[in-house]
Amino acid sequence: MDRVDYEVLVVGAGPGGSCAARAAAKAGLKTLMVEKRQEIGTPVRCGEGIATAWLNDIGVKPEGDWIANEVDGARIFSPNEQYLTLDASQAGNETGFVVERDLFDKFLAREAIKEGADVWIKTNALGLIHENGKPVGVTARRLNKDIEIRAPIIIAADGFESRVGLWAGIKTQLKPSDIEACLQYRLVGVDCDKRYNDFYVGSNHAPGGYLWVFPKGEGEANVGIGVSLAKSPGLATAKVWLDKWIKRHPGYAKGKSIEDVAGAVSVSQPLKRTVANGVMLVGDAARLVDPLTGGGVANACVSGVFAGEVAKAAWDAQDFSERFLQLYEKKWRDALEEQLLRNYLAKETLGRLTDEQLDKIVDALQSVRIEKVTTLEILRAVQAKYPEIVKEFEALLAG
Amino acid sequence: MRQVDRDTCMHCSACVGTCPFDAITLFDMHIVFNEKCVDCSMCDRVCPVGAITPIPGTERMKPKIRATT
Repeated sequence: MDRVDYEVLVVGAGPGGSCAARAAAKAGLKTLMVEKRQEIGTPVRCGEGIATAWLNDIGVKPEGDWIANEVDGARIFSPNEQYLTLDASQAGNETGFVVERDLFDKFLAREAIKEGADVWIKTNALGLIHENGKPVGVTARRLNKDIEIRAPIIIAADGFESRVGLWAGIKTQLKPSDIEACLQYRLVGVDCDKRYNDFYVGSNHAPGGYLWVFPKGEGEANVGIGVSLAKSPGLATAKVWLDKWIKRHPGYAKGKSIEDVAGAVSVSQPLKRTVANGVMLVGDAARLVDPLTGGGVANACVSGVFAGEVAKAAWDAQDFSERFLQLYEKKWRDALEEQLLRNYLAKETLGRLTDEQLDKIVDALQSVRIEKVTTLEILRAVQAKYPEIVKEFEALLAG
Repeated sequence: MRQVDRDTCMHCSACVGTCPFDAITLFDMHIVFNEKCVDCSMCDRVCPVGAITPIPGTERMKPKIRATT
């Protein structure tokens, strides 16, 4: 079998992988990123709505062909379709972009290449190579040949379907209530308001998840749905729920899809362990998706940068042990864990609310103006009108 | 054992990541099941387009996943 040697191998060329490869290459490490697909960024598996504030943290300017639309805020629709408008000033001046993920992923891959990283597409990692009980690389299939890629540091950015973590002995399995099945149509010729990302909650719209309308521009929007595996009655698929919703909404039913997007997303707590000897898991592979929103891009990028930086520290120390790589685990936990755990609790609590309770919450919030949207502010406003609902949130109030 | 309707499948890997037994691999544009499959049916449930179904008469009686849900 042919063999190549690198200092860092990144498996998966999504945003997390590219940010890791960029950071590692920038630090001077000989870095290879492999991607099983034949084109980076496709097929898209994303609703494409992202917040913007974190881009600065990873050193990316908010400009370029990957931005499709800038939104002013969000609207939350209750089961009976009353809605609550949250504008940027209420969300800590955080606006949002609807992006072109295929272009965004390519943009980040280019950034990694500019820093000196090698990139191989159509290269499928098949398993870890162990020596003396420790991973020293992966075997991969590239075109029609198997190849050994040796690297003391392997960054697993292999997404929702993560295999590398499993191979390294990390428990990555999810329970059904922590998995959302997703489907989205990019609809052209619809009546959407391009100023807002819309979210529809409730068991009539999307059991255990939500339906989204993220406008790509005038008359064009990603209309998608995430449905909890534990909550969708019978064997109804994401497609059944999405088609049902669109049929009920004439402004969208007249649209034509130019792109169908399928996938699944984890809405779990982060993994208990995200490092092993020579291996670091980033982004979706580490289950760092925000469990409340299902958004994974920001945390993937942030954790990817940390992993690339820790790879450099490991090389400087000549120590690739799990114990040393815990530095990576500490970094992402310090930056992300508190919010992930809080939002997991919020997701679980919201999941217990009935449609009637959700209607009441939106109704209560419609009648007051919340200056800054925080969990506490929302709870106070609801408490004023429907105190019995707030009881559900005692754990959040205490936290 | 499961079967994949190749005309419906969108190669999204939702089943790959959901499978608790590492029994599914995505090769380019096709999904392959290996011998680790125990017919827990999690893949049927996660498939956004309903492309995965049991092959009639081949299902094993091992709904192991129940224990972890």
